Amino acid sequence: MKALSASHYLATDKNKSKEGRQLSPFKVMVRKEVSDYVRSWRFILLLALVVLTFFASMYISMSNIRASFTNSNDPDHAFLYLKLLSATDGSMPPFHVLMSFLAPLLGITMGFDAINSEQNSGSLTRLLAQPIYRDNILLAKFYSALLIISTLFISLTLLMIGGGLLYTGVRIEPQELLRILGFALLTMVYVGFYLSLSILFSIAFRQAATSALTALGIWLFFTVFYPILVNLIIRAFLPDPAYLTQSQIMGYNELIMDIMRIAPGQLYSDAATTMLMPSIRSLGPMSMEQLSGAIPSPLPFRESLVIVWPQLSGLLAGSIACFALAYYIFMRREIRS
Amino acid sequence: MEPIIDLKNLCKSYGSHTAVDKLNMKIYRGEIFGLLGPNGAGKTTSILMMLGLTEPDSGSAIVCGHDATRDPIEVKRKVGYMPDNLGFYPQLTGLENLVYIARLNGMAEKGIAEHARRVMELVGLKAASDKPASTYSRGMKQRLGLAEVLIKEPELIILDEPTLGIDPAGVKEFLELIKSLQREQGLTVLLSSHHLHHVQQVCDRVGIFVDGKLLATGDLPSLSAELFGSTGIETAIQLTRLPKNADALKANFSSWPEVNSLTISGDKLQFTTTGDITPKLIRRIIELGEDIQAVSRKQYGLDEIYEKYFENNTNFTLDNESIKRKPLFGNRQK
Repeated sequence: MKALSASHYLATDKNKSKEGRQLSPFKVMVRKEVSDYVRSWRFILLLALVVLTFFASMYISMSNIRASFTNSNDPDHAFLYLKLLSATDGSMPPFHVLMSFLAPLLGITMGFDAINSEQNSGSLTRLLAQPIYRDNILLAKFYSALLIISTLFISLTLLMIGGGLLYTGVRIEPQELLRILGFALLTMVYVGFYLSLSILFSIAFRQAATSALTALGIWLFFTVFYPILVNLIIRAFLPDPAYLTQSQIMGYNELIMDIMRIAPGQLYSDAATTMLMPSIRSLGPMSMEQLSGAIPSPLPFRESLVIVWPQLSGLLAGSIACFALAYYIFMRREIRS
Repeated sequence: MEPIIDLKNLCKSYGSHTAVDKLNMKIYRGEIFGLLGPNGAGKTTSILMMLGLTEPDSGSAIVCGHDATRDPIEVKRKVGYMPDNLGFYPQLTGLENLVYIARLNGMAEKGIAEHARRVMELVGLKAASDKPASTYSRGMKQRLGLAEVLIKEPELIILDEPTLGIDPAGVKEFLELIKSLQREQGLTVLLSSHHLHHVQQVCDRVGIFVDGKLLATGDLPSLSAELFGSTGIETAIQLTRLPKNADALKANFSSWPEVNSLTISGDKLQFTTTGDITPKLIRRIIELGEDIQAVSRKQYGLDEIYEKYFENNTNFTLDNESIKRKPLFGNRQK
């Protein structure tokens, strides 16, 4: 009972032990989650895929940077650093297009078994029996995954800027830096949407495989089948444009664009393109009246931000809605269900 | 004495199924209380309500002086709970799992690892501290679970089916450890189980739980007296030789209102009495000139008490379809 006495001594010596540093339960959980992610093979594999994609895109962009920079027909040719992310020789899609596929995978990978794995292994009850708030568990899962994603994309951004500086020796313009950071933020929000969706499924479904398949199914539906479905419906219901007035055609086009923008991938694609190509002045159909007098020059960052604001807020709203639903279900759920 | 757990009219239903029905129970500091009942009797639901992990439909649960529904964090700070379905993070070592729980309980970083090692040693897991939890056997996991309960230095320990899946030697060690903790540290322990003999070994008092209702609480002798006192207590008295006058003995005791029956077989007298009158019987037999070699009174264990409770609750079971259809203690291990 020597050990017992020693242990008991510590128990009665709480004041002394409190002199040391104490972490809040939320921070403790975040630290543990981050450590779990970093050590998990599935995250390492996906990270390798993202990094490989990044370096492949960078290599192709840098190989073609001279041609892109001297192409005076391209209104964005002077934005050297943006070209690093968007220029391609056609051998592989640009980085932002690849990211529109990889980002959902990253989000789903990090969230599909967030809660159900804890529940199935029996560690959730054990965790909830500690003096912590139930929502802290969910918040810690979401926060730690976003923390890793943010670190990843900010690191890639800085790596790209550093690589560009070393390779070209050209100073980065503040406008470009803001646009690249905006693109990184947008990608984080996009990953955040699929992360909160997969966390929602990890609460709704007991089996991790079911939640992963459901999240992947939704991603696949919006990426592949949704545009096909919309086109089919439009062809069936849209009147012949030959019999429509200009304003009616505009109205129908806007409607089609709005329907397409239900897909998160479309929102991301619209916003990413606008951030990386300053010459994009609108994301919808424009009339001749709107175009007349417009100077074909790149837009300032602020103007581009105004254009992508609906897309960004749409993605944010989607993420918040999914997370709020996940939160509601998790908080209401009986521990023994 | 102020109870450490005070449950008043606690009710909980899942849809149309009543899991806990008007539960009233008090557990006092320093005792080991056994919550007995078959699987699905409502033991775990009651425990979850005591910890504030499940909200009761009505009633109140005051645990360690705090309302478990309104102030669950304070309750969980003072109560160590080991669930029946115990799971650890397999990628972490036993020690890391323990340190994680210690941190969640707000323990200071300074000396946390040393403290965790001490607790691991206390539960007999010193050698396995740095091995991944995935390599632990069921018994080792139970011990690690107990370590997690102890590291937060609780006032009350709640163990839900703690001996489930452990081999007999492991059970013995585990129960001895619990008993020693209660003795050495004055901890209060609430132990839920459907293994009667495990509970009988360590518990000061028991509560019998059936279909969401607490049928009885008390220590073994009082429950035994309550149940068997009315139908008769069996006392066997062994004489040194054959009785001098068996007929006189029979005639003498037949006039006693407490004696229901007396059987004389050789040198052994077998009494069935209403209430415990053993000292009175001994005195009378000596007065009658007989020499006594040994006296034994039949001790009723939990098995008999249990069976008696079901026997006595026939009316109750007849009212309840779910109980009527299945054997009540199909999973019980004797």
